[in-house]
Amino acid sequence: MKKEQLKAENYKLCNIDQVKVDEILDKYPTTRKASAVIPLLHYVQKKSNGWLPVPEIERVAEILDMPYMKVYEVASFYTMFNLKPVGKKLLQLCHTTPCWLRGSDQIEKSIYDTLKIKDGETTPDDMFTLMKVECLGACVNAPILQINDDYYEDLDYKSTKELLNKIKTKKNIKPGSVIGRKSSEPYDKNGNVNVTK
Amino acid sequence: MLQNKDKIFNNIFGFQSNKLSYALKRGDWDKTKKILSLDHDVIIEKIKNSGLRGRGGAGFSTGLKWSFMPKTLGERPHYLVVNADESEPGTCKDRDIIRHEPHKLIEGCLIASYAMRAHKCYIYIRGEFANEAKILQSAIDEAYENKLIGKNACKSGWDFDLYLHRGAGAYICGEETALLESLEGKKGQPRLKPPFPAGVGLYGCPTTVNNVESIAVVPTILRRGENWFSKLGKENNTGTKLFCISGHVNKPCNVEEEMGIPLRELIEKHAGGVIGGWNNLLAIIPGGSSTPMLPKQICDTITMDFDSLKNAGTGLGTAGVIVMDKTTDIVEAIVRLAFFYKHESCGQCTPCREGTGWMWRLLKKIASKDASPRDIDNLLELTKQVEGHTICALGDAAAWPIQGLFKNFRDEIEVGLKQKKIAAE
Repeated sequence: MKKEQLKAENYKLCNIDQVKVDEILDKYPTTRKASAVIPLLHYVQKKSNGWLPVPEIERVAEILDMPYMKVYEVASFYTMFNLKPVGKKLLQLCHTTPCWLRGSDQIEKSIYDTLKIKDGETTPDDMFTLMKVECLGACVNAPILQINDDYYEDLDYKSTKELLNKIKTKKNIKPGSVIGRKSSEPYDKNGNVNVTK
Repeated sequence: MLQNKDKIFNNIFGFQSNKLSYALKRGDWDKTKKILSLDHDVIIEKIKNSGLRGRGGAGFSTGLKWSFMPKTLGERPHYLVVNADESEPGTCKDRDIIRHEPHKLIEGCLIASYAMRAHKCYIYIRGEFANEAKILQSAIDEAYENKLIGKNACKSGWDFDLYLHRGAGAYICGEETALLESLEGKKGQPRLKPPFPAGVGLYGCPTTVNNVESIAVVPTILRRGENWFSKLGKENNTGTKLFCISGHVNKPCNVEEEMGIPLRELIEKHAGGVIGGWNNLLAIIPGGSSTPMLPKQICDTITMDFDSLKNAGTGLGTAGVIVMDKTTDIVEAIVRLAFFYKHESCGQCTPCREGTGWMWRLLKKIASKDASPRDIDNLLELTKQVEGHTICALGDAAAWPIQGLFKNFRDEIEVGLKQKKIAAE
């Protein structure tokens, strides 16, 4: 997303599906349309390349009969809403204590070595943006890297590098644990699972 | 050790499908109509008698909380809101319930809503759980299609609508009134209590907010009987609990166990033990980041339940057990938590907004060893200034880990500071 597109007169609004908007609004009492602000912002952000340009926030305000500032307040309060452009693949690296104990610093290094980006930076081809985030809530599968909507779990330096290289060469990647674990069961390096199925 | 027959979550690891047909085989939605033929207050009484204490951290009696709702349905509708905004560092149990046992949660929502005379329920799921939200939504759709929820749910005569609402990345929305604010389309800033949500909650109507695990165990308790549940665990700390064991263990995992299990047994039986053996243990945070850490000598004998941990000066919290072995830079571990709270403070109350920043900066200074013992005193004084002076418990939660750190490791940290000073001179 280039800078000139930020100007309102040049900006082309993304397509919003009215059926989808109605579906969101249906969840809340008719007099409480404001409740739909977060779901609607999620929807619009997904449609507009992963971030929220001002004209889109204005449009959400219009749909919900809310003052622009109230919607902006919400968009700026919640960390998942990006008020600046991000790359096609948003890498969110957890660096809170449980992930740190399992080596999230090594993942950060791996990302830097592979893509040459640090926290908050985007690659020149607009493909990757790295954000260090707080606890992603999958601590027994630490360290975690979230790429767009998907969690990648049980990472280390090498597997992170492999993962990023696969994305770069447009190979298929599977979300979840990279060591072959099903989910959060006890699992050792030899692949033994000591739970009764 | 908990026997398999007493496990509530038989599919917590997702070895089987989460679809309705499999959930039915596991016993979900079995005779729900019969449960719903009981009187509202009888269900509440049964949950009270089961001894179930809220699984979201505070450990308040779930049945008692339900009983605070008005006994008759007046002009204002009642709401149940399920808190699936799981963000406490060290905790990842609700995620597994949602993706592998969604029907337990949905059935629990129906029964709990019925008990509290609510026709509507919202599940507030954290925004990052996008895939989990998709799974839960398709399970909700399945339940609607099979008339388990919706008009005349399970042919019980009770109309029930269930909606899923996604948050957008704010730890503070796990606080019940902040969650309600967020659900109303505002910034997630906690409300002053009173009035409590049971009187004035969502949209100004009577509301109860419960954790995912508290709701998901309700159907099984009612089917197997409150006495079955209350016989498990310890007195006043009954039932089973999902524990999340993360950090320096050989096999980090989630596991369902009986309340009151010794901490050491929990780690050695299920998580493959501490890396390098039990003697390599430095400290454990027993119940998610907000609870003060325990040094090894207490971990040797402590049992995992609300009361024992409270007596040890910490808490069961969400049962997110974070294990740290002797290679850990213990100050840095708490620096990360201090940063977490600084980042997640909603900014409403000055002591927390400013205090979390100061606590992080001072602790970072101590971590770099470029500090004096007086900095430690200042920091501890600061934690006292924040603790108890804010609308919600985030201020307390930010202060406790730091107090826990110096309570157990002050001597070692001071020695480190002195050595650095001598080296510099």
